Amino acid sequence: MKAMSTGLLRALLAAAFIVVLWQAVVSLTGAPHFILPGPVRVAQTFWTSRDLIFENALVTWAQIVIGLLLGALFGIYTAISLAISPASRVMMRPFIVFAQAIPVFALAPVITLWLGYGMASKIVVVVLMIYFPVASAFFDGLMRTPQGSLDLAQTMNARPLYTMFRLRVPHALPALASGLRLAAVAAPMGSVIGEWVGASQGLGHLMLLANGRAQTDLMFAALLALAVFTVLLYFIVDLFGRWLTQRYGEPAA
Amino acid sequence: MTPAPAIVLRGRADISGAPLFPELRLELPAGCWTGLLGASGVGKSTILRLIAGLDTGARFSGTIAANDGAPLAGRIAFMGQSDLLAPWLDVLGNVSLGPMLRGETPDLARAYAIIDQVGLKRHVRQRPHTLSGGQRQRAALARTLFEDRPVVLLDEPFSALDARTRAEMQEIAGRLLAGRTVLLVTHDPGEAARLSHHAWLMSESGLQALEVPATPVVRPVDDAATMAAQAAMYRKLRRLP
Repeated sequence: MKAMSTGLLRALLAAAFIVVLWQAVVSLTGAPHFILPGPVRVAQTFWTSRDLIFENALVTWAQIVIGLLLGALFGIYTAISLAISPASRVMMRPFIVFAQAIPVFALAPVITLWLGYGMASKIVVVVLMIYFPVASAFFDGLMRTPQGSLDLAQTMNARPLYTMFRLRVPHALPALASGLRLAAVAAPMGSVIGEWVGASQGLGHLMLLANGRAQTDLMFAALLALAVFTVLLYFIVDLFGRWLTQRYGEPAA
Repeated sequence: MTPAPAIVLRGRADISGAPLFPELRLELPAGCWTGLLGASGVGKSTILRLIAGLDTGARFSGTIAANDGAPLAGRIAFMGQSDLLAPWLDVLGNVSLGPMLRGETPDLARAYAIIDQVGLKRHVRQRPHTLSGGQRQRAALARTLFEDRPVVLLDEPFSALDARTRAEMQEIAGRLLAGRTVLLVTHDPGEAARLSHHAWLMSESGLQALEVPATPVVRPVDDAATMAAQAAMYRKLRRLP
């Protein structure tokens, strides 16, 4: 608890430092507010446009959370099926690597073309973005079960499926945690990329709109809503990851 | 537990073309402890893994058979230097790992009784990282006992423990594994001298019988005959005249 409150204090200090720096740059360069609005102006816009921002933020946040959950589930499923069957490793791996080799940025327009301007296309972009880190981290974990434990299971006449779910999966949960952390950071990016390509709502959409009208302060305010959510999401996922590591790994003495 | 069989291994092993050990014959008499002493890298663990039916990376040509003619698979329990406890399971969960991995319901009353036997009654609900090295090895022993196999293969099971804990563990294991056919792979002459009914020295040239006292195991650490046997083993291990 103490560690957490010092962590929070440090985060607040860092935020305060950035705001001060930001204000300093604005004051020193005398940049016009449509190029770089100051923190006070952004805060004001955030407050006056709070309904607009919140309305769009809800859409983006929902896309991020749904995409994160679906992508993590697909990733976990893929990792387990790859680990279970060497045949599927041989057959599926090239596809997965190929899919990863195409930048999601390049795929987003096609996905939007197919799935429309609604939330579905953004969720798919998020899923594509985080699927690989989750699958790859968890798969690595599954393949790193200590040989001694596998030998022990063999002398115990373990059934392969039980060895998987009662030995290899728990052993790999700390590795899954690091995949999920990467995913938590990548998911908001996916959602915004999807919205930039084409959307009728969402924070990314709002930012494009504000940019077009030279409402830089509104753009920053929307960015703030996204950043706060991303940090919060990472914090929650990190907490969950720590719990997984504590519960399933060997905690340091 | 089914009656403990005698096991005979006969054959040779090569590792990527080079001989690992030459043609040899190792007999594990029924219900006895057989000590296999030797320096690191002479293939002691390979022999143990061959009997356990595990991958060795070596090519073995020969036979491994029990004297009752039945296959060995399913009659062997294994315990190594590393306790291999699952960090997310408590002592009870680790002891009953075997049935869990076979999809059976563990007999918890028996698990509790065995945990009590190895002296971990007060630690049943603790996870491994909260236990000392000796307690962890007791939990591993309890897991081995819970499998209730007539053949037990021990691969340097106590070598990571401090001297006092090691002596204690040797006594507990010797007592609780009595009546089973046990192969004890070790590089510690003292351990071989205390625990073995029969002992062999393994080297590049094969197996050489070692003298052990005729007294029952587990022999006291300070027993004169045991210490003399240990000294003789040291000389042979170091190839002194």
